[in-house]
Amino acid sequence: MRRIGFTTVIAVIGFVFLYAPILSLVIYSFNASRLVTVWGGFSTRWYGELLRDPQILRAAWISLQIAVATATIAVVLGTLAAFVLMRFGRFRSRALLSGMVTAPLVMPEVITGLSLLLLFVSMEQIIGWPAGRGLTTVIIAHVTFAMAYVAVVVQSRLAGTDTSLEEAAMDLGARPVRVFFDITLPVIAPALVAGWLLAFTLSLDDLVIASFVTGPGASTLPMVIFSKVRLGVSPEVNALATIVIAIVALGIGIAGWQMRRRKDG
Amino acid sequence: MKGGLARRLGLGGRGAVIAVPLFWLLVFFLVPFLVVAKISLSEALIAQPPFAPLAEWDGLRLMLLLNFENFAYLWQDPLYLRAYGFSILIAFIAAFASLLIGYPMAYAIARSPEPRRTILLMLVILPFWTSFLLRVYAWQGFLRSTGTVNGFLIWTGIIDAPIQMLQTNFAVLLGIVYMYLPFMILPLYANIVKLDESLLEASADLGARASVTFLRVTLPLTLPGIVAGFMLVFIPAIGEFVIPELLGGPDTLMIGRVLWNEFFANRDWPVAAAVAIAMLVAVVVPIMFMRTLGERLEAGR
Repeated sequence: MRRIGFTTVIAVIGFVFLYAPILSLVIYSFNASRLVTVWGGFSTRWYGELLRDPQILRAAWISLQIAVATATIAVVLGTLAAFVLMRFGRFRSRALLSGMVTAPLVMPEVITGLSLLLLFVSMEQIIGWPAGRGLTTVIIAHVTFAMAYVAVVVQSRLAGTDTSLEEAAMDLGARPVRVFFDITLPVIAPALVAGWLLAFTLSLDDLVIASFVTGPGASTLPMVIFSKVRLGVSPEVNALATIVIAIVALGIGIAGWQMRRRKDG
Repeated sequence: MKGGLARRLGLGGRGAVIAVPLFWLLVFFLVPFLVVAKISLSEALIAQPPFAPLAEWDGLRLMLLLNFENFAYLWQDPLYLRAYGFSILIAFIAAFASLLIGYPMAYAIARSPEPRRTILLMLVILPFWTSFLLRVYAWQGFLRSTGTVNGFLIWTGIIDAPIQMLQTNFAVLLGIVYMYLPFMILPLYANIVKLDESLLEASADLGARASVTFLRVTLPLTLPGIVAGFMLVFIPAIGEFVIPELLGGPDTLMIGRVLWNEFFANRDWPVAAAVAIAMLVAVVVPIMFMRTLGERLEAGR
C-alpha cells in the first residue's frame, strides 16, 4: 500500500486543485444574492439576466462568426502544412516552414497581437488593405495561431498512419490529388474534426490577440467579459462560465463515449 | 518511398501546395516581426498611426531616420528592467512548481489501469477546453478576501480574519501554475507511458532502492518530457497578461502587462514595439535551447 501512496495522494490533490475553483464558480452561479459572501438561496436569476444582456449577446454572435470562420480556414491551412511536412520529404523551405508552424504555439499572445496589428496598419498605409480593422483582421490573426495547433494534431495523425495504401493507389495509377481526397483525407478525418474543434475553442477564447487587432464595433465575447470582470464581481459571468463548462463537459463526454464505442465495436 | 507521392505531383503542383501555408505564415507570422523591429526604431508621434516614418524622401535624398531612443529608454527606466527580470523569475518558478505537481500526476495517470487512465487524462484536458479567461475569473472569486478559501479557513477556525490572497504575487504564481499545468502533464504523460517497466524491475532486482531507481533510471529516461513540459509552461508564462492583470496587485509588473499598458494606456506604439523586441529575445533563447537539447537527446539515443 505504501508504494502507491505518494503519487496517488499528489494526484488527488492535483485534481482537487484543478477543479475546486471551477466547482465554486458553478455553485455561486446559482446564488440569488449579488454578494459572493452571502448565500441568498438557489436561483437561476443570473441566467435570465445573462440571456437578456444585449451587449453580451451581440459579442457572443461576433465571437461565434469569427470562431467558425477561423476554424474552417485553419483546418485547411494547417492540414496543408502538416501534409507538406510529413509527406513531401525534403524541400528547400522545409526548415523555415517547420519553424513557423511550431513557433506560434509558444509565442506570448501580446507579441503576436501587437505584431499583427502593426502589420495591418502598415499594410493599410502601403496597399490600402485591410481598410480599417474588425472581423476580417481578427479572423486572419486567429487563423495564424490556430493553424499551428491544427498542424500539430494532423501531423501526429499522419505519423501514425501507414503510407502503403497511398503508395498502392499511386501504383495503380491514381493521380496524387485523387489519392489525397480518396485515401489520405478519410484516414485523417478524425484529426481534422479534432483540429477544427480545437481551433474553434482557441478562437472563441482569445482575449489578448483580438484586443489588439479588432476595430470599433467588433468587440468579441472575451473582451466584453474582461471589461465586466475588471470592474469586480459579476454574477452574470458566473452563469456564462457554468454554461460554457456544461457544453464542454457534454462535448468531451460524447467524444469519449464515441471513441469507446468504436473501440468496442 | 516517402517522397513518392510528392514526386508524382510534379514540380508545379508540389510547389503550389507548399506555397499556400508557407506564404500565409511568411506574411502573417514572420513579416510582422520585421514591422515590429522597424517601428521600435521610429519616433512616437501624436498622429494616426502614432509613429514617424523611418525613411523620408525630400526630393533629392533618401533619409533614414533610425532612432534607438526607445531601447535606451527601456534600459534607463528601472521599471522595465524590473518587470523583465520579474517575468523571467516568476515564469521559472511557475514552471518548476508545475513540474513538481505535474510529474507525480502524470506518473499516477500513466500507471493506472485502462478505463481509469482515459478518464483521468480527460479530466486533465477538460479545463483546457473551457475558457482561459473564465478560469482566471474563477480564481479571483476563489481567492478574494470574501471568497471561498478565506470563508473555508474562517469557518474551520484556522484563521480569524481573512488573509489578503488576491492581488499578490503569490496569486499570480498560483494562477500561472493552474493555467499551464495541463501543458506540463501531457508531454510528461506521453513520455512516462512509454517507459519500459522491466527496466525499473531490473533496477529493483539488482538491489537499488526506489529513490535510487527513480533518480538513475526513471528521471533520465523521462528527461525529454520534462524539458518539453518545462518550456511549454516557461515560455508563454513570460509574456502572460491576463493572469497578472486579474490576480496580481498594481505592483505586479510583468512584461506582458507593461507592453499592454504602453500600447493601450499610453498609446506609445514605438515603446510597445521595443518592449516586444526585448521580450522576443527572452523567448527565442529558450526556444533555441529547447530545440538543441531535444536534438541532442535524440542523437544520444
